[in-house]
This record gives sequence, structure tokens and C-alpha cells, in this order.
Amino acid sequence: MNKAEILIIDDEAPIRKLLEIALESNDYKVWQAETGKAGVLMAVNHPPELILLDIGLPDKSGHEILKELRSWYTKAIIILSVQNSEEDIVTALDNGATDYLTKPFRTAELLARIRSVIKRNQRNEESTVSNFGNLQIDFSARIVKRNNEVLKLTSTEFNLLSLFMKNEGRVLTHQYILKEIWGVGYQTETQYLRVFVGTLRKKIEDNPNQPKYIVTESGVGYRFSSSL
Amino acid sequence: MTNLETKKYSIKKQCIVSIAAVLLIATVCFYASKFIDYRITALILLMTVSIVAIVFDIIPVLITAILSGLLLNFFFIQPLFTFHITDTEDILLFLMYLIIALVNAVLTFKIRQVEKKARDKEEKEKTIKLYNTLLNSLSHELRTPIATLIGAVDILKENNQTLSKKNQEDLLSEIDKASIRLNRQVENLLNMSRLETGMLLIKQDWCDVNELTNGVVQKFSSLNTNHIIDFQLNESLPLFKLDSGLIAEVLRNLIHNAVLYTPEKTTIKIEVLQESSNCIIVISDNGNGFPESEIQFAFDKFYRLPHTKTGGSGLGLSIVKGFVEAHNGTITLENNPIGGAKFTITIPTETSYLKNLKNE
Repeated sequence: MNKAEILIIDDEAPIRKLLEIALESNDYKVWQAETGKAGVLMAVNHPPELILLDIGLPDKSGHEILKELRSWYTKAIIILSVQNSEEDIVTALDNGATDYLTKPFRTAELLARIRSVIKRNQRNEESTVSNFGNLQIDFSARIVKRNNEVLKLTSTEFNLLSLFMKNEGRVLTHQYILKEIWGVGYQTETQYLRVFVGTLRKKIEDNPNQPKYIVTESGVGYRFSSSL
Repeated sequence: MTNLETKKYSIKKQCIVSIAAVLLIATVCFYASKFIDYRITALILLMTVSIVAIVFDIIPVLITAILSGLLLNFFFIQPLFTFHITDTEDILLFLMYLIIALVNAVLTFKIRQVEKKARDKEEKEKTIKLYNTLLNSLSHELRTPIATLIGAVDILKENNQTLSKKNQEDLLSEIDKASIRLNRQVENLLNMSRLETGMLLIKQDWCDVNELTNGVVQKFSSLNTNHIIDFQLNESLPLFKLDSGLIAEVLRNLIHNAVLYTPEKTTIKIEVLQESSNCIIVISDNGNGFPESEIQFAFDKFYRLPHTKTGGSGLGLSIVKGFVEAHNGTITLENNPIGGAKFTITIPTETSYLKNLKNE
């Protein structure tokens, strides 16, 4: 099997070193760029499977690099950001970032995110029936089963759950979900979202108070996850 | 810039007010001149200047002094309605009036300048004292984990062959703990400076406080097994409009505080409730409580209970207070009648009962 190639764009040498060791010891091939400019050039010459992009670069803002990359690059971009910068993160996700990590992050977390986005890159076929843990969804028949029992979901609940499942592992911002489910004009009505996520959790989670499927990303949005 | 403008504006306003005051008093005296001797009028006007000097700046006071002198001359000293004075005693009276009024103005101004200098000095000393406390607390709180990091890395580098597996693991665990502690301290410092510089922007959005609290509690419970954290969800709680990031930080700090300063096996109880349009969060423990005499200082910056073990920076509770106040809320600390400390947070906020929303 070919080693997946990952491009790191970060100006901090220690962070690059750390990522290099962590990734190479997990069988990824690593490319490194110190500046946004060099990173974009490298990506053009040799498009990687995944890009790790630091949002606080010295030469150009990471947001601009992200937009530049997104004009042609379709694979995963994970943003590295610092704590307490939810606005930066939401902007980056809206500009097409696949996922984000805040520094300091745990290596296990980093590797889990990378595995998850690379898996998504490679899974392109849109099957009508998918399994997530003890949940099974039939997108065309609009049926969700939990432990093989059909769940009673309202239309909105089904739409919300299928949006989450189609984006498994990916953070969806509040605004994005509201626009997709309720339509333009509802982007600020976060209380709808809170309530529906609450009722959905009661139906699909083993323990709705410690949700495993629909995970809250504080200040950013929600992530559907079935690997944990 | 704005400061300067407001000062200019207020001096202008002061001039208008003081001129109006002098004109008013002079008018009253003029109509009462049948009953009041003009020498008494001079004293009344002088008194007016003195009062103006106590409250206003130097420029309006000087204007008042000169204006009142001219009014005295024109309306009260014979011959009336001229600036001409014939009587020698009256000339003396007028000159003395002017001199006393001006001296009065200048003296009061000087006294106030000295007072201001003293105040500034006191303020500066206070700042320096605070700064020193900060440096002391910082150098200790940051250097302890740094020392652990450097030391542990040194041992791991040099005695790689001879160290037992267990010791290696212990050192790695210490490095882990030290870096988390360092991160926490930096977080606290950043929060403090956000509060101090007024750069704290609060972003209120609908928030499920049950979920938020549960998230914080789960994280603590997984890391800390020495304390019992008791949180019962309140199923009837509506959504509140809060800054979830700040409230999570408030909860983290209060729980961290309780974990740090209560003995092992202490129960830390968290309750969330609603009272009219307030979101109420109560965090209590059955530890030793706060000494009653110290409660009033608990939220002060850099305050730490005397004779307590190290580990805190003295910033946690003041950050908590700052974040709660940013929501226009209040936080109180009292001792439980049965023992232990009890923090009560009250935040006035919008609520939303969307639980019975149309769901189709």
C-alpha cells in the first residue's frame, strides 16, 4: 500500500518536528513548508493526500492560503489554530477547511482526525445504506435503525441525522447546519438546533447526557462520530 | 483624544455654570440692595467665588473672580452703572476684593494639584505592589512546571539505560502533568489580560447549560478520581442566552478550585436552575469551607488563602468574577451551614422554552 502523503505548512520548527515524528512513525510520508508561499508551491507541484495548515503564518494569513488552496485543491485540509479562537475556526471551516485542531493538541487526537479525513477522501461512492456503530441508515427509504429496530424520527430529525451521517467525522458549524436543514434566513436561530440535537440524542445515544455520536464542538458546531 | 475633548467640553460647561451662578447671585443682591449694604454684597460675591473655586477648574474660577469684581463695581459701588469709583475707601474695597478673589482661586487650584499628585502617587504605588505580587506569583507558578519539564527531560536523556520502566513512565507522566498545568496558567493569564484590557467580547448564544456543565464535569471526572463530582441534570431547564465558552471557563475554574483546596473524597456538588429570568449555578462542597474573615477577599486578584498549598495563581476566582460580571451577573461565596464552601452564580438572561417546538 502506498504511504499517504501529508504536507505540513507551519512556521514553527518544533511543531513541524513533532508532527514529522508522529506522522512518519505512523507510516505517513511527510512534506514540510515553512511559509504559506512555499506550501502552496509544494502543493501545486505534488498534490498531497492531506494538508496540515497553521492558521497563524507569518508571511500570509492562513485564511488566504486556505482560500488559495481551495480554488483547486479538493482533498482534506486540517487547520491548526490556537485555543480561544472559535471565530478563526468557524471562518476557516466556512472557507472549506475539512477539520481543525487547537494547539496544544494530543497526538492521539491528531492521528484520529487524520485517519478519519483520509478515510473520507477515499470513500466516494454514495451508498444508500450505511452503518455507524449500532445505527443503520437508509438514505433513500428514509429509515434509521438502532440495534435493528426502526427509530421513529420526524422529518426534520431525519434530515438532521442524515446530514450528520453524510459528514461523518467532520465538524459542521451551527450556521451551516441551520442553512442546510431550515434554509437561508435561519442561520442565527441556534435554539432550534440545540433543541433538535437534544431530541435526536435522546433517540440515538445510549446515554444522551454523554453523547458519543453527536459531539458538541464548543463555540463552533457539532461533529458526528461513530469511531469512538 | 476623547478624554481631552470631554475635558474641554466640561471646562466650557463649568464656565457657563459659574457665570450663571454669579449673575444669579448678583441679580438677587441687586434687587435686595435696599436692605443689603454693598459691602455685604461684596462678601456674598466673594463667597460665591470661593464655592466655585472648590468645585471647578482654574479657568472658570478666574473668570468668576473677574466677572464678579466688575459686577460689584458696575452695579453696587457708587456711582452706580459706571466703572468709575470716586470714594477712596471704595477703590480700596474694590482692589482688595479683586486680589482676595484671585488669590482664593489660585490657592484652591494649587491645593487641588498637590492632592492630585498624591493620589497619582498612591495609585502608582498600588499598581507597583500589584505588579510585584503578580511577578512573585507568576515566577513561582510558571517556574514550577518548567523546572519539572527540564528536570524530567534531563533524567530521561542521560539515564536512558539505567532507568526502570516504571521510573520512565512516572517521569513522562510528570512531564504530561506539568505541561497541562503550564497551559492552564497561560490560559488564566490570557483571560486575566482580556478582562483587564477590556478586550473581553462576550458572544451570547443559546446554550444548553445541562450539556455544558455535563461536558466540564465529565472531563474532570475522567482526570480526577480523588474527588466525587455530583451533577444531576435539571430536565426542566430552558435554554439560556450565554457565552458558553466563558461559562465553561467559570465552571472549570470553580471545580478546579474545589479540587485543589478540599481534602480527598470531598463531594463537589453542582446544581443548575432557573429562577424567573435568571440562570443560577450553585457549586458547593463538603470540605472545610472558607474562614469567615477571608470570604470578602476571595475574589480579589492574586488573593490566596494564607497557609494553603501551592498550585493556584490567585487568578482563578477573580477571572470567574470577571466573566460572571461580563454577563451582568453576580457571584457570591458563603459557607454551607453543614460545612464547606458554596458559590452561587446568578446571571440575568433571556430564556427559551423551545422544548415544545413544532417538530415535524
